[in-house]
Amino acid sequence: MSSSLLRSSALRSALRATAPATCTRAGLAGATFVRGKATLPDLPYDYGALEPNISGRIMELHHKKHHQTYVTSLNNFSEQMAEAKHKDDVKSQIALQPMINFHGGGHINHSLFWENLAPTSSGGGEPPTGALASAINDSYGSLESLKEKFNAALAGIQGSGWAWLVQDTQTGSISIKTYANQDPVVGQFRPILGIDAWEHAYYLDYENRKAEYFKAVWNVVNWKAAEARLK
Amino acid sequence: MELHHSKHHQTYITNLNAALKKQAEAVHASDITTQVSLQQAIRFNAGGHINHSLFWQNLAPTSSSDAKLSAAPNLVKHIKTTWGDEDKFREAFKAALLGIQGSGWGWLVKTETGTEQRLSIVTTKDQDPPVGGEVPILGVDMWEHAYYLQYLNGKPAYVDNIWNVINWKTAEERYLGARADAFKVLKASI
Repeated sequence: MSSSLLRSSALRSALRATAPATCTRAGLAGATFVRGKATLPDLPYDYGALEPNISGRIMELHHKKHHQTYVTSLNNFSEQMAEAKHKDDVKSQIALQPMINFHGGGHINHSLFWENLAPTSSGGGEPPTGALASAINDSYGSLESLKEKFNAALAGIQGSGWAWLVQDTQTGSISIKTYANQDPVVGQFRPILGIDAWEHAYYLDYENRKAEYFKAVWNVVNWKAAEARLK
Repeated sequence: MELHHSKHHQTYITNLNAALKKQAEAVHASDITTQVSLQQAIRFNAGGHINHSLFWQNLAPTSSSDAKLSAAPNLVKHIKTTWGDEDKFREAFKAALLGIQGSGWGWLVKTETGTEQRLSIVTTKDQDPPVGGEVPILGVDMWEHAYYLQYLNGKPAYVDNIWNVINWKTAEERYLGARADAFKVLKASI
């Protein structure tokens, strides 16, 4: 399956989610204030396709339950946000911002995550090439060295969160950053590759041995998808 | 429970001791930069140790008489005056627990304002411990490792069922006692 198709669909749904339209018809009871709704993107592979690195059981729960909940909640809070905007209710809009950040972030992060993973039979784990490979060598010396530093960043997250390889939109250089909870990579940095360090991402397979998950996940990283995000 | 206690809690203790050892060396060497850089590791791992120590103590097997509300007559009276009734209190606690974004804890705490004692429900993120002057009465771990193997993504069910194993006797003792009393389990373990 073409990764560009999936990429665009994931980005499109994320985009829709962050651009709620203002209400169209005031006064309609139960009017929908948000025109486009976020939807759960299909996985580009079967739930079991990343085994033994990530089990089908984890993938199914993670996609069908966790990600779906972020999508549902995002739509719910986007609707409330649109309503608050319609009413010029600034206090409610501010109160809703953390909910949009958390659930919208959860939707964006997972959409990017599914796409930057791939079964080994579809190129998962194959080292990056081209511009990304050069950028990694320039910044980290080697892919192995990047992985080591990335895994140290993952292990250092205190609580739930994500580690990302990001590109600085000002300088173009790449670096590793961690984000708390579902904070998405927005603003100055562009997401290139994300790894989920929430316990639900690995606990059923690895329990408290998260270092083993961080080591194994590189076997199913889709470096082609990561490279396509680099500008 | 076994993983949670023998692996997770143990890791916090191991990492705390390592950080404290480094801090002692940094203090000895008057190395302020290192002391400051160690603070977050100490806060996180000490918090993990404190929170879990409080948590185990405020749980009890359902069959135990300590797991009955009748073991906390004074606390329950105060809960009723604050929230109206037990159900409303549980609802409020549940809403707070389910509202945590990411890892964290929910607490019933007692604060003293002048001569008045107040109860309130607070949440702390990650392993931040309840050490701001309040008395922790009950803590509930909302990290995914606390429930995921059993409840998967169904955390409302975990929250509903936690009430079956709350140690109300411990809660009553903490409610009646001073702040230092709630933390005495830590002193005993050092």
